[in-house]
Amino acid sequence: MLKIENLHVQVEDKPILKGISLHVKEGEVHAIMGPNGSGKSTLAHVLAGREGYVITAGRITYRGRNLMDMAPEERAREGVFLAFQYPVEIPGVSNIYLLKAALNAMRKHRGLNELDAIDFLKMIKEKIRLVEMDEQFLYRAVNEGFSGGEKKRNEILQMAVLAPSLCILDETDSGLDIDALKIVSDGVNSLRAPDRSFILVTHYQRLLDYIKPDQVHVLAHGRIVKSGDASLAHELESKGYGWVDQATVAGA
Amino acid sequence: MSASAQTIEKLISQEYKQGFVTELESDTLPPGLNEGVIRAISAKKNEPDWMLEWRLEAYRHWLTMSEPHWAHVDYHPVDYQSISYYSAPRTSEGPRSLDEVDPKLLETYNKLGIPLYEQERLAGVAVDAVFDSVSVATTFKGKLAEAGVIFCSMSEAIQLHPELVRAYLGSVVPPGDNFFAALNSAVFSDGSFVFIPKGVRCPMELSTYFRINAAKTGQFERTLIVAEERSHVSYLEGCTAPMRDENQLHAAVVELVALEGAEIKYSTVQNWYPGDEEGRGGIYNFVTKRGECRGANSKISWTQVETGSSITWKYPSCVLRGDHSIGEFYSVALTNHRQQADTGTKMIHIGKNTRSTIISKGISAGRAQNSYRGLVKVLKSAENARNYTQCDSLLIGDRCGAHTFPYIEVKQPTALVEHEATTSKISEDQLFFCQQRGLSAEDAVSMIVNGFCKQVFKELPMEFAVEAQALLGISLEGSVG
Repeated sequence: MLKIENLHVQVEDKPILKGISLHVKEGEVHAIMGPNGSGKSTLAHVLAGREGYVITAGRITYRGRNLMDMAPEERAREGVFLAFQYPVEIPGVSNIYLLKAALNAMRKHRGLNELDAIDFLKMIKEKIRLVEMDEQFLYRAVNEGFSGGEKKRNEILQMAVLAPSLCILDETDSGLDIDALKIVSDGVNSLRAPDRSFILVTHYQRLLDYIKPDQVHVLAHGRIVKSGDASLAHELESKGYGWVDQATVAGA
Repeated sequence: MSASAQTIEKLISQEYKQGFVTELESDTLPPGLNEGVIRAISAKKNEPDWMLEWRLEAYRHWLTMSEPHWAHVDYHPVDYQSISYYSAPRTSEGPRSLDEVDPKLLETYNKLGIPLYEQERLAGVAVDAVFDSVSVATTFKGKLAEAGVIFCSMSEAIQLHPELVRAYLGSVVPPGDNFFAALNSAVFSDGSFVFIPKGVRCPMELSTYFRINAAKTGQFERTLIVAEERSHVSYLEGCTAPMRDENQLHAAVVELVALEGAEIKYSTVQNWYPGDEEGRGGIYNFVTKRGECRGANSKISWTQVETGSSITWKYPSCVLRGDHSIGEFYSVALTNHRQQADTGTKMIHIGKNTRSTIISKGISAGRAQNSYRGLVKVLKSAENARNYTQCDSLLIGDRCGAHTFPYIEVKQPTALVEHEATTSKISEDQLFFCQQRGLSAEDAVSMIVNGFCKQVFKELPMEFAVEAQALLGISLEGSVG
């Protein structure tokens, strides 16, 4: 699905990622953990194609194609989805309008007809149950006046509607209370499929109590300093990030 | 400049799609203005003496006035002697029916998406088409006459309904009101006249479509709408012009009179040629629009979507004379490239319990300057007057400007006046979010801008709300429709 090889990224003149390699196969869930400033969010944004990041070395291959050659909207249409850490508000644009426009952009890209209003509504009502949101959210302006938890659930709703192949969740768990965390996790789990992969970017281990990853990677100072299975997250939780910091220094 | 600012720059450089010229033989007065020109205009229209006298008086008054320069706009001075004040497509006689209208004219309106054949797309909307200085066709006259509604060109009204014209013309915007209104009063050539008798609800939307075609001419139309007691009318005007390198002057006057319990809804979709990217050419749109709620419980509502013109100077206003009368102003003004707009409204509260609402959305892109200028005035007599004003500005890119000049004068202690203003930018975050959801940057900007304007678009008659959205998209080289 996704292959990252020796990725170096800098912002302005400051190197942020210093040689990341990562291989995500179909159906796998990878967790990227690390302290603040380790480059986790940078990685998520680079994958989605955000401007302002300069790739100085390395390759990213997505389903056999060079991801770096693709515009952000093309990546999205090819199935790369980023759930934002801070979802933006768009005043005056209803959630349902955005969802419809986004879905139809994807369908058009795949040579499919636009969904008619009735089929669209039927589908959306099914998906909204997944994140336990009230239908009235569909008619409110995108994220305007939403609580933190509602915004994150809204991201998962968009993910469910757009049915991407590679889902990148950028600290989706941050700022969520335990109930919201459970709803979001249930939403993600219900979307797990053999042809869909996930990258969970998180600071805390608790998300991984609900979404069980196949692999856990620890990012520090722009490098993956440790990889392992789900148990690595627990180890990290008990020993703290200081432990990997020492490991980095020792390994350097 | 950041990469996404460049994307936005690319998006907002676009072409004007109504910029073609129709090749027609026309009857045009030589440039220049003097009493002889005014007499010639009046004679061409075969006007009665009182009308000529009215024009001459306005002209003499105009000579004593000077062009106002308080607006936040900057332009080359207008040479009033280099403009031709009258131009009409050459026909032996005015057309009696659509079949007699020059096919080239019909084609022009078709090209603009304004078919004059009654059964076509705008079925249910009566159209008066004004080409340069004259009205070329008015549709649905028969059906309107059955309801007692008069909808015709101003020239025709002067001939057929002189008593109505005399009673109301200049009663809201007096000939000496301001420099451009005085000029218009002296040289106005045509425009629309609407009269809705007592208790009648106009059976369809009325619409006037203005087109400037001839070079080096000004357009000075005059529109008068009178709604008698408890009547109701919804009126829409649209306007376009060819692309030309020199600036052209458009100085219109619109007067609305609402008697007791009457309601007038006046919507404008203004898309005059805005000039090119460097600010060459384009229309100077110096317009006086004012409505008077003369009777109690009357209501006047202005909705405007302004995307064209190189310079816009325009303040559709309401004089709330009748007790419990209501004035509304909903505006979207979009300026791009070198366009400049100084637009807003005046709400003059005179009667008791009068209420007004102002919702203004200014969008600025390129190197454009966009100003809201509004006056809310509550006189001593206006007990319990209420006003709510909301002014929002949206900036696209980092070389444009947005300005707000609110004036509030309150002489009545029971009045309640509220003013809210915001300025925002389309953020890189919003743009990236939309792209990440599969939308092109172009569609994303259109969607965000349309969302910003939603409060105003919902006030437009349905058929035109869609057009306005499309127009906004085009003006930003976007899509969405």
